[in-house]
Amino acid sequence: MAVDERIQQSLERAAESSGTPDIRLDRITKSFGDIIAVDDLSLEIPRGSFFALLGPSGCGKTTTLRMIGGFEEPTAGLIYLGEREVSGTPPYKRDVNTVFQSYALFPHLSIFENVAFGLRRKGTRGGNLKGKVEEMLDLVQLSGYGKRKPRQLSGGQQQRVALARALVNSPRVLLLDEPLGALDLKLRKEMQLFIKRLQHDVGITFIHVTHDQEEAMTMADRIAVMNEGQIEQLGTPDELYERPQTAFVASFLGISNLLTGAVAGPDEVRLEDGTTVRVRNGSLNGRKGRVAVGIRPEKIRPDDHDPNRLPGKVKERAYIGVSTQYIVETPNGNITVVVLNDRPGTVPLGPGDRLTLSWDPEATFVVDSLEGSA
Amino acid sequence: MSSIAVPTAREPNFLATVLAVVRRHVLTVYSFLFFAYLLLPIAVVMIFSFNNPTGKFNYTWQGFTWDNWRYWDGVPGIRSAIFLSLEIAVVASVIATALGTMIALALVRYGFRGRATTNILIFLPLSTPEIVLGASLLTLFLNLSFVTFGFWTILIAHIMFCISFAVVTVKARLVGFDRHLEEAAMDLGANEWTTFRKVTLPLTAPAILAALLLCFAISIDDFVVTYFNSGSEVTFPLFVWGAARIGAPAQVNVIGTAIFVVALAAMLVNVVFQRRREVRA
Ligand SMILES: Nc1ncnc2c1ncn2[C@@H]1O[C@H](COP(=O)(O)OP(=O)(O)OP(=O)(O)O)[C@@H](O)[C@H]1O
Ligand SMILES: [Mg+2]
Repeated sequence: MAVDERIQQSLERAAESSGTPDIRLDRITKSFGDIIAVDDLSLEIPRGSFFALLGPSGCGKTTTLRMIGGFEEPTAGLIYLGEREVSGTPPYKRDVNTVFQSYALFPHLSIFENVAFGLRRKGTRGGNLKGKVEEMLDLVQLSGYGKRKPRQLSGGQQQRVALARALVNSPRVLLLDEPLGALDLKLRKEMQLFIKRLQHDVGITFIHVTHDQEEAMTMADRIAVMNEGQIEQLGTPDELYERPQTAFVASFLGISNLLTGAVAGPDEVRLEDGTTVRVRNGSLNGRKGRVAVGIRPEKIRPDDHDPNRLPGKVKERAYIGVSTQYIVETPNGNITVVVLNDRPGTVPLGPGDRLTLSWDPEATFVVDSLEGSA
Repeated sequence: MSSIAVPTAREPNFLATVLAVVRRHVLTVYSFLFFAYLLLPIAVVMIFSFNNPTGKFNYTWQGFTWDNWRYWDGVPGIRSAIFLSLEIAVVASVIATALGTMIALALVRYGFRGRATTNILIFLPLSTPEIVLGASLLTLFLNLSFVTFGFWTILIAHIMFCISFAVVTVKARLVGFDRHLEEAAMDLGANEWTTFRKVTLPLTAPAILAALLLCFAISIDDFVVTYFNSGSEVTFPLFVWGAARIGAPAQVNVIGTAIFVVALAAMLVNVVFQRRREVRA
């Protein structure tokens, strides 16, 4: 009921100022002494989206988030929350709330008072306060826990309190810094779905920081892949997976087979051994000279049904259950192939077996050839 | 064969048993001796507060009396000495703790120029012999011609050496303090002052309280520094010292016992309080 109301509210909010992104980062840079943590980064985050900042450790995700939250000031550049430029505005005057990685629940306050903290600052009192806090505890499935202290809750429960404490303020944007980092795998999966559903229900913009590509893909509508303080590529999960634009993105999200070669014609690349492969229409994008073509392991077939072909010999086999993974030796280096075990009774290939690999040009993307990209 | 073999086999067995008994009880014995060593002087002080001395000296047991307790201020000068000591201890510990807390916050929170130096300077009064501190303060005060020795010089001296203890105590707590808690408070709409009041202060309160008690305890029984800087004022330790030279009245034992009991009670309250906190939290 209350959730419906809030959806309604957020829809209205979205309608009244559609077009203005919730957050706009305009060429922000942050350096700590010699270290450049965030490097001339620009970004727009649309209203109501579930946005993920994905990148390896130390690439500047937390720093970016802390600048939005107001805990760090950019060395250069501007940050807009909606229409308003917020440089110099302290955290308590920004309409954003943060879920900290360590949760940062107030240990001396009860769960109820933790959640009520933000509302009390705004002067909410009495029945109104109680109603809102309890509704929120209900939303995160913790009704009845109000009297406890944070230390008396499990990690997952503390995590949900942290969510409730931030969300109860109905911020414009919710910032989540690796909120699931401290949870075990099973709980993490549960919480991923829970948070995604929550975001859908409350309709608030979420910015979720993570270094776990699977988590980002599961949860987010849009992902910005960061590397060394810059955004490598921004897009929906499937765009990033199917059409990575850099070798970094290709290998950071899932497994990629990257084969180096040279541009040989429109939509054609000649590999090092002389084989010519066709790539997806337009994916060369004006590139010349040395490039790398990429194919995802599950897009390669262990037969010659598709136009792009390479001969090879099985080097290793790993049975994964739902699929079998092969490492295949080819003249262009080792290629990882994943074959779905969807037909019972198929005799699997074994190490030493010779075979032909083939794949569709549509499944072939191109990135700049980059030495040393794993 | 066997008749000889039995006692020789028993001998080491017996020895082993004795050794085992000793080993089992050595900790008990040691603890007993340790506590006797620790508590005997205090026990003597307490017992002699009920003595009914015939002469000037309260050194041999003469008989039991309540009189010393009933007329605890029956010795000229003792009452004003006690009140002066209490007054100085209260004021000095409050001021020293307030200043010490702020210094600790600054030292832990802000990377200002000269922080390392300040850290060392804070430790200086803790490691300097008290007699040196007292003497140098005296020299300082003597050189400031407008200073008259008395209440204020004692107070200033006490605040000075208490601050270091307060800083060290509070700092220990702040070092383990999760800064994200303060950021979370600000994130939720609390400005700097509210954050301090609602988050920083409640979470450092145990350390601040500990600092307060520590300063009080150090101030109330300080002799050396006070002796140098008291002028004609007499604090309780100075009174005891003066009295001891001409024969200590049993009232000194009364006050000593009272201070001990109060300190013990404060400690117990603190322990109980901490337990309850832990159980609740
Ligand atoms: N307060 C600071 N002082 C100095 N350097 C800092 C500070 N905060 C961050 N850095 C540096 O800035 C870079 C980016 O840090 P940041 O915390 O944003 O990384 P991250 O992407 O969040 O990494 P992780 O996934 O490990 O949390 C790192 O090289 C880090 O060492
Ligand atoms: Mg981080």
